[in-house]
Amino acid sequence: MTAGGLAEITLFLVLSVLLAWPFGLWIARVAEGGPTPLDPLLRPIERGIYRLSGIDPSAGMGWQAYTLSLLALNVLHFLLLYLMLRLQYYLPLNPDHLAGMSPRLAFNTAMSFVTNTNWQAYSGETTLSPGSQMWGLTSHMFVSAATGIAAALAFIRALRQNAVAELGNFWADLTRITLYVLLPVAVVGGLLLVALGVPQTLATHADATTLEGAHQTISLGPVAFMEVIKELGTNGGGYFNANSAHPFENPSALTSLIETFLIIFIPFALTFTFGRMVGAPRQGYALLAVSLVFIVASLAAVLSAEAHGNPLLTALGVDPHLGDMEGKEVRFGITLSSLFAVITTATSCGAVNAMLDSFMPLSGMVPMFLIQLGEIVPGGVGSGLYGLLVFALLAVFVAGLMVGRTPEYLGKKIQAREVKLAMLAVLILPLSILGGAALSAVLPQALAALGNAGPHGLSELLYAYTSATGNNGSAFAGLSADTPWFDTTIGIAMLLGRYAFLVPVMAIAGSLAAKVKLPPSAGTFPTDGPLFVGLLVGVIIILGGLQFMPALSLGPLAEHFVMLAGKTF
Amino acid sequence: MLAKALRPALVHVLALTLLTGLVVPLVMTGIAQALFPTAANGSLIEKDGHVVGSRLIGQVFTAPGYFHPRPSATTEPDPKDPSKTIPVPYAADNSGASNYGPTSKALIDRVTGDVAALRAESPAPIPADAVTTSGSGLDPDISPAYAYRQVPRIAKARHLDEAALRALVAAHIRRPLLGFIGEPHVNVLELNLALDEMHKP
Repeated sequence: MTAGGLAEITLFLVLSVLLAWPFGLWIARVAEGGPTPLDPLLRPIERGIYRLSGIDPSAGMGWQAYTLSLLALNVLHFLLLYLMLRLQYYLPLNPDHLAGMSPRLAFNTAMSFVTNTNWQAYSGETTLSPGSQMWGLTSHMFVSAATGIAAALAFIRALRQNAVAELGNFWADLTRITLYVLLPVAVVGGLLLVALGVPQTLATHADATTLEGAHQTISLGPVAFMEVIKELGTNGGGYFNANSAHPFENPSALTSLIETFLIIFIPFALTFTFGRMVGAPRQGYALLAVSLVFIVASLAAVLSAEAHGNPLLTALGVDPHLGDMEGKEVRFGITLSSLFAVITTATSCGAVNAMLDSFMPLSGMVPMFLIQLGEIVPGGVGSGLYGLLVFALLAVFVAGLMVGRTPEYLGKKIQAREVKLAMLAVLILPLSILGGAALSAVLPQALAALGNAGPHGLSELLYAYTSATGNNGSAFAGLSADTPWFDTTIGIAMLLGRYAFLVPVMAIAGSLAAKVKLPPSAGTFPTDGPLFVGLLVGVIIILGGLQFMPALSLGPLAEHFVMLAGKTF
Repeated sequence: MLAKALRPALVHVLALTLLTGLVVPLVMTGIAQALFPTAANGSLIEKDGHVVGSRLIGQVFTAPGYFHPRPSATTEPDPKDPSKTIPVPYAADNSGASNYGPTSKALIDRVTGDVAALRAESPAPIPADAVTTSGSGLDPDISPAYAYRQVPRIAKARHLDEAALRALVAAHIRRPLLGFIGEPHVNVLELNLALDEMHKP
């Protein structure tokens, strides 16, 4: 890669960590209910919501009450979005009189946004009104992000406290994160993006007559505000079909860097939040280091595969100097497209600024593999942190087996119940990903939806269930996913990936919270040093990654070798 | 336990939907319209009183006397059968990509045809952006190499000096920010507007 590209990526990673640090401490302060400079503006809104809800925000909840509250909120919010999408035709701010969605597409879309997946089986600009995008989708982006962060805070409290079964108050966490963490960044970031060219208007389109006299209809809308929370909440659902490749969502190299930063901002910040809340910052640095190991290795792999272009096109006489440009924008080039692809899948964002379906086989495999690892390096907002902590528990368990000691993490004994629940959560991923892809690979009506033949077709199927289960939302978008089979099964995969993982994790939190916190002794395995970082990287690859290698061999790896042999499909 | 959660759940769904889905986006729209009216409305370019396009959105140019954009994979519904689509490049109301995989025969066939057409025009090397479709199908830019490659054709069509055209391209190259953020590129619509200023078609 070029020196400029290297400088770009180094600058990005360094700045991201430096900015995430204070923000992580800010999140910790918000989580503790501490005073903030925003109180005069936001405190009355916060109090009003509590009063209407009839709750005491200082009342602690056990894991069952916390989880049930979370699920009750998500079920109601899902139903509201489903109704809004079905009834779009009758709702305001729909100047083009767009029809409501079909039941199955509305089910898929509502599930997609409530689970923080933002898989889009529809095309934004032709299917949804500005109203639906605003109060339907944008509000879900805030709430699903806050839901994930709340669950992570509950898990952190479980590790912090000594034999207290309470994990905090879900309603207070949800409200405070939305008001004090997400909204301020979304407002400032949204205005910054408008200043840099992203539209924010209630008009749906503008008409132009080109210099050659042709007519062009240009779709518009309230894009900027949705754009920020799309990235900040690691949601990923674009206003437009082309997502962040669309020049209105992402007009320049600078906006692309800002958007990529917004994706990683909270996931990085939460590692500092964790360190602060458990009173041991180095524990957070270790998790951050694990994430950085995966991110840097993935960037190296993607960039090296993309930089030399498609050999099949080079053979036709195309200059490979610019790299693999199918599905990419000139203003981003290979470096910013590869950076975006890695960051969006290392988190659970799923926004794209280049089409992953047209990446080289190996560079398309890396984003898929990052999701399959469980979206934990550093993963989605909140969900990434609790996922990574589950793997940390498994890592100390594995270390304990090797040396024959009872494993501990942060002074909490890891026993049979926690390990069983952790394995239950971790096994949901292969079940849903491999099961869904395997069923689709033998169903004629599923195969008819493929956009590409040969090994790449299998990659499209595998990617779809990987993305849905990982609550990522990016796609190998050649797949025509709005069919009865895919709308339904991908909807179920999103449901499993979110809640079948979350509930066992909350049960682990409940079990850990009630345990006595043991002081560190000479026999305690330190979980804040390079040895633990290496161990955790290994456990993530072996437990999270290896099970997908056979499937990846038949898809992207096979395609790589047939491409080198010059074969097409 | 569940019944106790229902009231706060309902209140939170409604209050947060109202706040993050209605009040704040509308206030943001108002501020954006007041502070950055051009950008907030799509960076539209007007010429002689009518809109000729957006600075950010690519459009079709086919005349030999204009710089041409990249190929585009956007589509529109087929007027004869709305359940099908037909290729309509730079359809700015329906963004989208080819999503061809790297070993797609359709990709190879398309590029083979485009390479032959470009070869017939000039023996110069073919930059990758000249024969690949973008992620949005609306890429407003081309690489400097592709712009320079088109200079002889435009010079011939407009009876202009090649050196003057090359200078025009050079003046329109946007360099990476700080020298390393992003890629050098040329905005096709702005370049063609400048071309018309230099020489009325």
